[in-house]
Amino acid sequence: MATLSFFYFGSVIVLCALLVVIFRNPVYSVISLLVMFFHIAGLFVTLHAEFLAAVQLIVYAGAILVLYLFVVMILNLQQDDSYQRQVKWGLGLGLLALAEVIAIISKAALPDEPAQSKTAAAAAGEAATVVGNTEMVGKALYTTYLFPFEVASLILLVAMIGAIIMAKKGIMEPGPLRESK
Amino acid sequence: MNGASHLLSYLANYFPVLVFIGVAFAFGAGTLVISHFLQPKLPDPEKLSAYECGSEPFSDARMPFPVRYYIIAMLFVIFDIEILFLYPWAIAFDKIGVIGMVEMLIFIALFVVGYVYAWKKGALEWD
Amino acid sequence: MDMLVFAGASVAKIAVVMVTVLITVAILTLAERKVLSWMQDRMGPMEVGPYGILQPIADGIKLFFKEDIIPAGANWVLFSLAPIISLIPAFIGFAVVPYGPNIEYELYGVTIKPFIISDINIGILYVLAFASIGAYGVILGGWASNNKYSLLGGLRAAAQVISYELNVGLAIIGVLILAGSLSLVTIAEKQAGGFWHWNLIGGLQIIGFVVYVISSVAETNRLPFDLPEADSELVAGWMTEYSGMRFAFFFMAEYANMILVSCIASVLFLGGYHAPYPGTLLPGILGYFEGVAWFTVKVYFFLFLFFWIRATLPRLRYDQLMRFGWKVMLPLALANIVITAIVVYVLR
Repeated sequence: MATLSFFYFGSVIVLCALLVVIFRNPVYSVISLLVMFFHIAGLFVTLHAEFLAAVQLIVYAGAILVLYLFVVMILNLQQDDSYQRQVKWGLGLGLLALAEVIAIISKAALPDEPAQSKTAAAAAGEAATVVGNTEMVGKALYTTYLFPFEVASLILLVAMIGAIIMAKKGIMEPGPLRESK
Repeated sequence: MNGASHLLSYLANYFPVLVFIGVAFAFGAGTLVISHFLQPKLPDPEKLSAYECGSEPFSDARMPFPVRYYIIAMLFVIFDIEILFLYPWAIAFDKIGVIGMVEMLIFIALFVVGYVYAWKKGALEWD
Repeated sequence: MDMLVFAGASVAKIAVVMVTVLITVAILTLAERKVLSWMQDRMGPMEVGPYGILQPIADGIKLFFKEDIIPAGANWVLFSLAPIISLIPAFIGFAVVPYGPNIEYELYGVTIKPFIISDINIGILYVLAFASIGAYGVILGGWASNNKYSLLGGLRAAAQVISYELNVGLAIIGVLILAGSLSLVTIAEKQAGGFWHWNLIGGLQIIGFVVYVISSVAETNRLPFDLPEADSELVAGWMTEYSGMRFAFFFMAEYANMILVSCIASVLFLGGYHAPYPGTLLPGILGYFEGVAWFTVKVYFFLFLFFWIRATLPRLRYDQLMRFGWKVMLPLALANIVITAIVVYVLR
């Protein structure tokens, strides 16, 4: 059952990821990405990471993808082939990433004690269903990983300031995109 | 309760959700398809042209639009992530004690710094 | 066998909820026109059936058999997809709402909860996650129509929905601190024992409640925040080119969303299915239905509030809307979190 659902989610994710690249119309790519995010959330649910599944949907599907959609519409790309010419770069980087993934999998495929690690995972899953995944995330995040959390909040602040500074150029300098009053 | 029954009850909670999504989708698609076969089809060029209050449609409708929407979307992404950090904190509020409390006050203070910055720089203005 | 009983019970509950939601949508379309009419000293629909009560059925049949026009320049795939993307998130949020007491009932050896479809741990986040998907239907519909009004309406709607979504997300955190759970069932259960235990009064979530209600009105694109479809300037916003069943879908999505946010508001702030007095007046099984009745009353109170606000307040300008969302609602919601956290910490 678990394997079956994994293969279902996994194959849909791969298929949708491919479609994102293959579609010429960027809006179709966005929809394909949306379907992919849903299946990633499904994968998280089967792995007992309910909170992550919700975060996946809220942040990626609900926020970042809306931003993509805005960008697509701001630029109004009807037929832009400039990215198709970067196929060599893409292929090179893709092969590099593939090699990396294979290296990681080949290392991870041989755990020292497979039986023990499996029971540990099952125990973690069981604990998560008893007290709730979100509460566990909360306890871990705000006690054990206190410092990384505060660093993350600083990074978010920097991101916000950076976004405003970069966007300000667009507001202050009258350009073709400025709304006429 | 043992692990297996926990797992089962956990997945059992998601089963109705899945069915509900399926039912909603089937309802949407089904109604559209049935209605598609029942409705008249009388296309004519005037009917199919874009509606512009009676005047002839001019220029491309998919015009570029102000970057301001983009700024709002960007701020939304960052604020949304900050809010998501608050959920596990609210849930574990009783368990993390004074450390969690102080920590979150620092977090909210940083959030407010960013918010005030955005306000002062006019990113929240809409003129 | 157990699986079959469980699945059958789930499907039955889902069917009941779906039908109830659809009927409520039909009632609301009439109720809105009637309430507005009475508030404006008019009669409202009077032609179909006695006092016009069959009007929603007539409207439904008309829309079902109407020609569904796809404009020449439109992208028909996205044009057809957009209403469905709007409708589905509006419906599936109902999967996690507790409609009545969390009781268990044995059926062929399987434990069934008659008033709860599903009690997932992340209930409220599930609702928020799918509510944010609703924005896609609007923005894609606006873009696919290839019409200037539609595009402007769609963009406005998207910006408005995401802005007010933040406030909804912030407004409920006070309740989550009090309940210590994201599950709507648990949140409702913690408010048992009279209206002074409800989060609105006992939890002092007044700011959170006000921010939630105002932001929900904005998120469902209702007056006075119906800028995306502002009829006086944008014809009908993103729905300008829509007709027939596809238009009906957007319409249904709007009303279903209203019902959903009303359900969530009554669970989060008004104790869900709990009566304003401790316990129930009616004994046994009837007591459970008393809970369901109270839940219905609360939901309809919020729905009436939607109509009332619409009849009372004029439409905002878009800059006022955005300023209100980002500069008034957001700080209020943040202050609510800080105050709630400090008070709860001191009291415990």
